[in-house]
This record gives sequence, C-alpha cells and structure tokens, in this order.
Amino acid sequence: MTRIILAICVVTSIFLSIACVQKGGDGNTAGVSSDTIKVGVYGDLTGQTASFGQSTKNGIQLAVDEINAAGGINGKKIELIVEDDQGQPQQATTVVQKLINQNKVHALLGEVASTNSLAAAPVAQSARIPMITPSSTNPKVTEVGDYISRVCFIDPFQGATMAKFAATTLKAKTAAILGDVNSDYSKGLTQYFEQEFTKNGGTIVTKEAYTQTDPDFKGQLTKIRNLNPDVIYIPGYYSQVGIIARQARELGMNMPLLGGDGWDSPEIWKLGGEALKNSYISNHYSADNPAPEIQNFVKAYQAKFNTVPDSLAALAYDAAKVLADAIKRAGGAEDSAKLKDAINATKNFAGVTGTITLDASRNAVKPAVVLELSPAQSKFTFKETIYPEGMSAPTASPTVADSNANAATNANTMSNANAANGANTNANANSAANSAAANNTNK
Amino acid sequence: MDTFVQQLINGLTIGSIYALIALGYTMVYGILRLINFAHGDIYMVGAYAGFILATSLGFASDPSAFGFVVTLVGAMAIAAAIGMAIERFAYRPVRKFSKMTTLITAIGMSLLIEYLFVFFFSGTPRSFPQLLPNDNITLFGNATISTSQILIFVVSILLMVLLQYIIYKTKIGKAMRAVSFNINSAKLMGINTDFVIAFTFALGSALAAAGGVLTAQYNPKIEPLMGIITGLKAFVAAVLGGIGNIPGAVLGGLLIGAAETLVVGYGSYIGIPSTYRDAVAFAILILVLLLRPAGLLGSNVQEKV
Repeated sequence: MTRIILAICVVTSIFLSIACVQKGGDGNTAGVSSDTIKVGVYGDLTGQTASFGQSTKNGIQLAVDEINAAGGINGKKIELIVEDDQGQPQQATTVVQKLINQNKVHALLGEVASTNSLAAAPVAQSARIPMITPSSTNPKVTEVGDYISRVCFIDPFQGATMAKFAATTLKAKTAAILGDVNSDYSKGLTQYFEQEFTKNGGTIVTKEAYTQTDPDFKGQLTKIRNLNPDVIYIPGYYSQVGIIARQARELGMNMPLLGGDGWDSPEIWKLGGEALKNSYISNHYSADNPAPEIQNFVKAYQAKFNTVPDSLAALAYDAAKVLADAIKRAGGAEDSAKLKDAINATKNFAGVTGTITLDASRNAVKPAVVLELSPAQSKFTFKETIYPEGMSAPTASPTVADSNANAATNANTMSNANAANGANTNANANSAANSAAANNTNK
Repeated sequence: MDTFVQQLINGLTIGSIYALIALGYTMVYGILRLINFAHGDIYMVGAYAGFILATSLGFASDPSAFGFVVTLVGAMAIAAAIGMAIERFAYRPVRKFSKMTTLITAIGMSLLIEYLFVFFFSGTPRSFPQLLPNDNITLFGNATISTSQILIFVVSILLMVLLQYIIYKTKIGKAMRAVSFNINSAKLMGINTDFVIAFTFALGSALAAAGGVLTAQYNPKIEPLMGIITGLKAFVAAVLGGIGNIPGAVLGGLLIGAAETLVVGYGSYIGIPSTYRDAVAFAILILVLLLRPAGLLGSNVQEKV
C-alpha cells in the first residue's frame, strides 16, 4: 500500500513539475509575442496521407524562412507552430483548438484533405482567427465563414477539367468512377466530373466506391471491367490509388486512369509502379514549367529539402506568402478582422501556382494543368493547361474554355512547340486584367 | 460467368488471409477461453517484420524465391517471439484473475502495439517491396489470377496442412488438445501447461505473420493500423466457423472473404452498396450468433456450472 501511495506521489510531482515548466514556457512566448507573428500550421504529418502534410509544412517553412531572412513583416518575424493531426478530422479539430487557445496564433494555415479542413474550419471561424487552406479543394470548406479562404481552385473546376480532358483529348465516350466513400474531396470530384462528362456527351457507366481500409479493390474493379469503360476516374488519395492502379492492371484493364491532385505524392511511384502508365491527373502547377519564378522556387526547395516540390508544397508556399502579404497590408496581425479583410481582398498576387485573386466566396480562380504520369522516371509530365470559363489562355483565342476542342488543340500545339509550360506564367500575367470578370463567371 | 469466377477468386484470396488470422484466434480461444484482441495487430507486426527484413537484407532490390522464403519465415519467427512475449508478460500474470481482466488486458495490448508502431514507424503507409515477380495467368475468358494470389493460396494451404499435422500427429499437438479439453486435468497429467500455452501463441502469431507478409505481396501498402479491421473480420470468421474449432476457422475465413467480395460485385443489384462490405461481415456474425450460437462447425457444449 505504501508503495502505491509513494508511486502516486512521484507521478503527481513529475506532472506538476512538467506543468510548471510548460507554464514558464508559455509565459516567455507571451512576452515575445508582440515581436513575432504566430502562425499555426496543422496537417497530416504521420497518417495515411503524411506526404501531403510534410510537403505542406516544407512549403510553408521555405516561405517563412525567406520572409524572415528579408527582415520579416514590418520588422516582425513570423513564428511557426506546427501540429500533427494524423490525418484524422477529430484530431484536426483538437489541434486547431490548441493552436488558438494555448498558442494564441494570429492565423492558421492548413489542411490539405478537405474533410480535415472542414473539421477545423468552424473552430477558426468561431474564434475569428483567419485560416487559409493551401490545397483543400472541396467548395464547402470556405462556405464555413468569412475567416476561411484558400489559394487553390475548387473541385467543380478540377472535376470538370478532367472530364473535359477525357472527353476531348482522350476522346472517351464512357467512364467509370471509383471514389473514396468517406472523403468529401472524392465525393465532390465525382459529382463534378459526372456533370461535365455527361454534358460533353459521355456516359458514366457505373459509380463504385471504396473505403480507405478495404483489403483489396479487385471486387470493385472486376465489376468495372465487365462494363469496359474507355476511362476510369479515381478521385482518391495516392495511398489507395497506387494499389488500385496495380490491381486494375493485374485484372488486364489497360484503359487510362484519371485522377486529381490527391495523387500528387512521391509515394505513389512506390505503391503503383509501372501500373501508373497511361494515367493522367489534374493539378495546380507543374514543376517542369520553365518560368523563372517557378524554377527559382523549385531550386530553393530542392536545396533545402532535397526533393522536387509537389503541388502541395507549391500551394503551401503560396498560402504563406499570401498571408504575409495580407499581414503587411493590414499593418499587423493583431486585429483579426482587419487581417481577414486583407486576406479576402487579395488580388493579382503572383504566386508560383499562378496569379491568385480571391473571389467573393474566398476561392482562388486559376487555371489547372493536366499531367501525365511517367512511372519510368517517377515524375508527372506536363500535358496541357485548362482554363476556367471566362479566363482566357494568353496566346489562344478568347473562347478557349467554351470550345473545348480549341483549348485542347491550342494547349497541345504549344506543348509540341515546347512552349506550353511558359503559357502558365503568361496566363498569370495576362489574365490579371480579366480575372475580375472571370471571378463572376466562374462556377 | 467469368466475372463471377473472378469475384470468387478475389474473395477467396482475402478469405485465405482471414483464415490464417482466424486460426490464431480460435486456437488461443480453444486453450484459454480468451479472445486475444491483440492478434490482429500481430498480423500487422508480421507485415512490418517482413518489410524490415526484406529491405535490410537487400531482397527488395533483388527479388528472388529465396528472398521471399527468408522474409516469410523470418517474419513468422519474429511474430512468434513477440506473441510469446505478449503471453508471458501481459496475459500470464493476469490469467488467474477473472476472464474480464484478461479480455481488457488484450484490448489494452492491442492499442499498445498499434500506437507503439505509430510512434516508432509513424502512421505513414509504407510500400512493401515486391519479392517475387508478379504475373497474370488467364484461366478462361476474362477470369485471371495473379501469381501473388496463387502464392496466397499455396502458402496458406501448406501452412494449414502443417498446422493440422502439428496438432494431430505430434506430442505437443496432443498436449495442446489435452489443455484445450481441460487445462487442470492436463496439468495433473504432468503437461507443462505454461509451455503449451506459449507454444499456441507462437503458432497463432506465426500464422498471422504469414498472412501479413502474403497480404503485403498482394496489396503492398502496410501501416500500423492495418490489423484493426482485418483482425476484427478474422475474429468474425473464427466465430462464424465455431470458435475453438480449427477447420471452422478456415471455413469461416473463406466464407467471409467470399461474402464480402460478392457484396462488392453484386450487392448493388439487391440494393446493398459496395461500401457495405464490412457491415456484411458483422451482419453475418449477428445472424450466426442468433441462429447457431456455436458457429457452423462448433459443437454446442453445455457449460458446466
């Protein structure tokens, strides 16, 4: 009995001493807080989609290092506080609560997965802390409230991009969809792909679903094989997609597989390997793009992290830069209402993923790129650029988006002339003028 | 027709894995009347052990049959050692207390293993290297079978035959049967029950680890929480076949695997969406418990009070 009491005493004293140390620590940072701008970053650093979280963290880190090296914002340095949510929505809510209540962050950057952003956004909104998500593309995320914004395009556009590509470039007449039933991202993309694909005269032969814990996907794939569609659209995340591709090829299904930015991870090559040949994804930027601002970013990122930045890293970099720009315009980060207004007023910000202008729903309006997967070199190869309706391609006729055939041919010709990558940047520069108009017409 | 055969092959593939894991559940239950909830995690531990062996011994870059066998046997040995350690340090000290205590210990053990792995290996899925060249063989029409599927069938059948041999033809097998019949009498007859129990854990864990390595050849994504759902379904398989009954566990595993895949393939024709595959396993469990509480092959033994 005495041993138990003793043990309890020891444990309590240890906890107390830890609590004291932590309190001391908090007190210190609180003292410094007037000199730094605290930015909370939350993401999946260890879970199912950990490569998303790591890329995002690296992208933000690079941006913040650059800003701090240049003297910070109005003399104040940015201090990053990074939390891991393990890719779980409940954890996302918890860590964001912690970042807001304990760390007293001035702004939040995060998540990649829309489901996790949707879990955390209401917390940020009710605490009135501005949150910029670099890469959550589900429309519902920014609908949570005026403190939530994003620097990427949204799923209606992303889904439509792939549908257009399938219908015009690949000349697909029939498509099957295999989506992740528990992901808001996947559900959104499924819906918009279907809309656009049927509008273009195609037929969706079946819509199948899987969960992230499924032991294999051959059941769904065998069913799809029976219907023999021209393409299969798989709006999921890389950790499942790699296996799906492999099992599809094992079943002798060699049609093109289509996906979205959820495939963009170096891990996909290990999981899918050669099976990923003849696959295409829609994405936010291409690291192949020779434009100097993109290549400078790619070089700086490679020097620091020893890997080619994926689009999530690029978007995270842009999100941090947009936030810094807004803090500068708002004259500091203390007044969260002012900061929010500054973020939402972001206009023609030149980022590595394109020119960023937030529309009335706080979504960025930008062109998307279609990339082809080249498993032999473990890289995504630029295929073509697709512009949102109303936003015109720089060197093409002004009706690109409406006449899909045109858009595709233009982009293709440019790609043959090896100038297509430049098109992205030109678009950024030129489209600045009509992006305000584009905002209104964009779905 | 070929689609149906294809679905059946797909179903029996994962069914074989469930069967391998279910054997561990059923053997431990047969001997200790304990549901070892950490057993699903041993399957995951086996996959990780195989992953570490294959990558550190260089089999990943140079696939060969030798590399596969070493990885498989090595992973089984490591998992057997871990299974015995769990029994020795977690279950044996509480064995003399109530059944509930051991059950809660098992649940705690399961969570401990899962999150130790998350801590040391992170939750990031890893890709398991391909140890044997993978190819497809067309059976007829559209029905194909991949070499990794054949591998699963062949290795699991071999292991099940080996298990049957151990249990019915060896001395230790006889001791296991005696202990499962009545542990106290067995002890009085001079059987070292502690050793028999440890051996049972080792055997079950090795089978689960084989399941882990085989699955990883078929679906090369491994992560620390992969054992939860698979383990639960294997448990359902064991109950379906009649817990404590070894052929029952195999039958149950194959049935659950086939049922699950057929739901994915044909469920939508009768209004069951394909994502209900997991629900089906548990619905079957409830039905079996209602209609035939002892399971398909289980004998209904009246509990002595």
